[in-house]
Amino acid sequence: MTTALAHPADAPSSGVTNAKLGVWLFLASEVMLFGTLFTTYLVLRMGAASWPRGWDVLNVPLGMLNTFVLITSSVTIVLSYVKAAEKDLAGFRAYMAATIALSFVFLVVKGFEYGAHFKHGEFPSTNIFNAVYFTMTGLHGCHVIGGIIVNTALLYLSGEDFEHPLFAGRVEGAGLYWHFVDIVWIFLFPALYLL
Amino acid sequence: MVKNSHSSPHDSHAPQSFWSHYVFSTDHKMIGLQYLITSFIFLLIGFSLMMLMRWQLAFPGHPIPLIGSLLSSAVAPNGVMTGEFYNQLGAMHGTIMVFLGIVPLGVGAFGNYVMPLQIGAPDMAFPRLNMMSYWLYLPGGLLMLLSFLLPGGAAQSGWTSYAPLAIINPGQTVWLLAMVIIITSSLLGAVNFLTTGLNMRAPGLSLDRLPVFTWAQLVTAVLLLLAFPPLEAAAILQLMDRVAGTSFYLPAGLVVLGQQVKASGGGQPLLWQHLFWFLAHPEVYVLVLPPMGIVSEIIANGTRKPLHGYKTLVASMISIGVMSFIVWAHHMFLSGMSPMLGNFFLVTTMIISVPSVAILTCLIYSLKGGSIRFTVPMLWALAFIPLFGIGGLTGLPLGLTTTDIYLHDTYYVIGHFHYVVVTGSIIALLGGTYYWFPKWYGRKMDETLGRIHFWGTVVCMNGIFFPMFIQGMAGQNRRYFDPTAHLHNLPTQPLHVVSSVFAWLLFLFQLPFIYNFFSSMFKGERVDDNPWEATTLEWACPSPPPHGNFVKTPRVYRGPYEYSLPDQTRDWLPQHEEAKALT
Repeated sequence: MTTALAHPADAPSSGVTNAKLGVWLFLASEVMLFGTLFTTYLVLRMGAASWPRGWDVLNVPLGMLNTFVLITSSVTIVLSYVKAAEKDLAGFRAYMAATIALSFVFLVVKGFEYGAHFKHGEFPSTNIFNAVYFTMTGLHGCHVIGGIIVNTALLYLSGEDFEHPLFAGRVEGAGLYWHFVDIVWIFLFPALYLL
Repeated sequence: MVKNSHSSPHDSHAPQSFWSHYVFSTDHKMIGLQYLITSFIFLLIGFSLMMLMRWQLAFPGHPIPLIGSLLSSAVAPNGVMTGEFYNQLGAMHGTIMVFLGIVPLGVGAFGNYVMPLQIGAPDMAFPRLNMMSYWLYLPGGLLMLLSFLLPGGAAQSGWTSYAPLAIINPGQTVWLLAMVIIITSSLLGAVNFLTTGLNMRAPGLSLDRLPVFTWAQLVTAVLLLLAFPPLEAAAILQLMDRVAGTSFYLPAGLVVLGQQVKASGGGQPLLWQHLFWFLAHPEVYVLVLPPMGIVSEIIANGTRKPLHGYKTLVASMISIGVMSFIVWAHHMFLSGMSPMLGNFFLVTTMIISVPSVAILTCLIYSLKGGSIRFTVPMLWALAFIPLFGIGGLTGLPLGLTTTDIYLHDTYYVIGHFHYVVVTGSIIALLGGTYYWFPKWYGRKMDETLGRIHFWGTVVCMNGIFFPMFIQGMAGQNRRYFDPTAHLHNLPTQPLHVVSSVFAWLLFLFQLPFIYNFFSSMFKGERVDDNPWEATTLEWACPSPPPHGNFVKTPRVYRGPYEYSLPDQTRDWLPQHEEAKALT
């Protein structure tokens, strides 16, 4: 979208495309958002009289499974970017569809975990650990849903936009965001399940 | 975000429909004007709430004349406002003025309209995102206002919404929802501003040639980008406390009005204060930096001189931006913290005053030897310097832990920060309105009405806020609904009447401005593209600028403030003109 806006002479001034710079800046704000939540976790845990061991109250094997699912999806989105850069439409679609499918697997597994908690009468209001657990994983889940929307849009648009010179750049931007969602989980999993 | 767009909205220059031109516009100039009008309306609403409160403070227990009979008996039985309603007005006054008035005016309006022009860009980097920012800001603001009409009324725990009070008080849920929407709008704007400023500069416009106003916008965008997400997270946690019954900010065994609060406990009330001020101190600089940028532009133009210490100004703004992240807890000296920690924040607070003073010093030195043109914008810029100075210097005793123990939560604090944001920010923003109005509409605002507006406003603002220093030093607490209920407040009660009368007079002096603004839009004196004989790029395009701004992308040859060069026929040399040596 920036082609018509950029200056013909020496644009863009910073050498990075607008979309890529925008995504990086957005991610900086996301780091502050999740950074605040992790700080809250630390402050509340250090101030708490007792704090449950993650593996006593959470399902570690399911969490582990989800970790692998997300890491795999990070690989597939990189491959879809490679295929987009190589102008291989079928390859791009296959890997992007795999990424979206893995995101759904993550959400379904998370849903089973939540369901088991609710069945045992464990809600966010039950204790401060549950409050932290549900809020942090819930917000992360919202980011996963956001990623699904972006990735699905790219898959849908690839029908007519695939040859656009900036299309691969858009996939790269979506990939950056998806890696960030992945990295947040890499921190969440040990903080909540293993420590 | 930007990925699913097919073509640029600027590909076509075909005539647009009413809706796409005035309402759902992607043009930074139209969005800037939307922000301008909307935020001025919010400023007026926030001011009206305060005018009601001023009646209660000056004449507690007396029915409000005229308006009292219009209010429902739930908030003002027999025209006398209740304490709950007073608290709602106070909380909403602060929230509206800060988040819906001054920030959108300084950033959304002036930043949006002027910054792309100053860097010679055809539009913002992400025009659709820009539109989305406005269309999140407006519904967020309306939701905030709507909360007055909901059962329980508006939020009544102050704009700071300290826990656990805010979690127990009614009205807070809507406040939190509206805040999350407004913050999201600001975040999108910050991404957009930074990308635009870094990526869309005209050829030759290196960072050391950027006008100070654009620098101020870039530093402000960094602050918004990094300081707002913590408040968003904090607001989400408070929302969870209210909606999902969690206890992030509720300690165990909390008792309210003799009743044990039904919550699991285990949270920390002070955590909210830390997270809130981690945003809200950088936010102070979000309120102040764009106005400083506006004043710098007007001073350079009005003195016909290069700004004194351009590099010092820019370096000071950047260091203010960095330092503003490590001073937040000076708002919390009395909330309870280790004296060691208090000392740390005392020292950082004293350090951050150095670049602020450096900026003011540069502006004062810029006046020296200048052939000053006392235009209306210049009057506002000149008033900014001493009045903002009062605001800044009265802050020092609040940053020192020992004196803060006495002054904390008194009217002195209100006087201090209103000198900063009212006689500082708002004065500069009004000056900026007069300065850039010719660019927006190709016409000038009326000089005589402008001078009436200026003198009336400056006198009234001082009349409102100066008495508060005296009341504060006499020990009057800032949050009391009825000051006369305490004996020690009675000697300074007449000063409340003084403040209130000046507040109502201030309203009267805004009427010439409102009339001037709209009548000049259609009937003002027509002026050429560069009526102030200024040097920066926004004056190089037609007034008002067409879609896409510049007829031809400008090339920049020099720094932003080349006034009164000795070997030139004119006393200004625009950034985009090749130098013609006098032979």
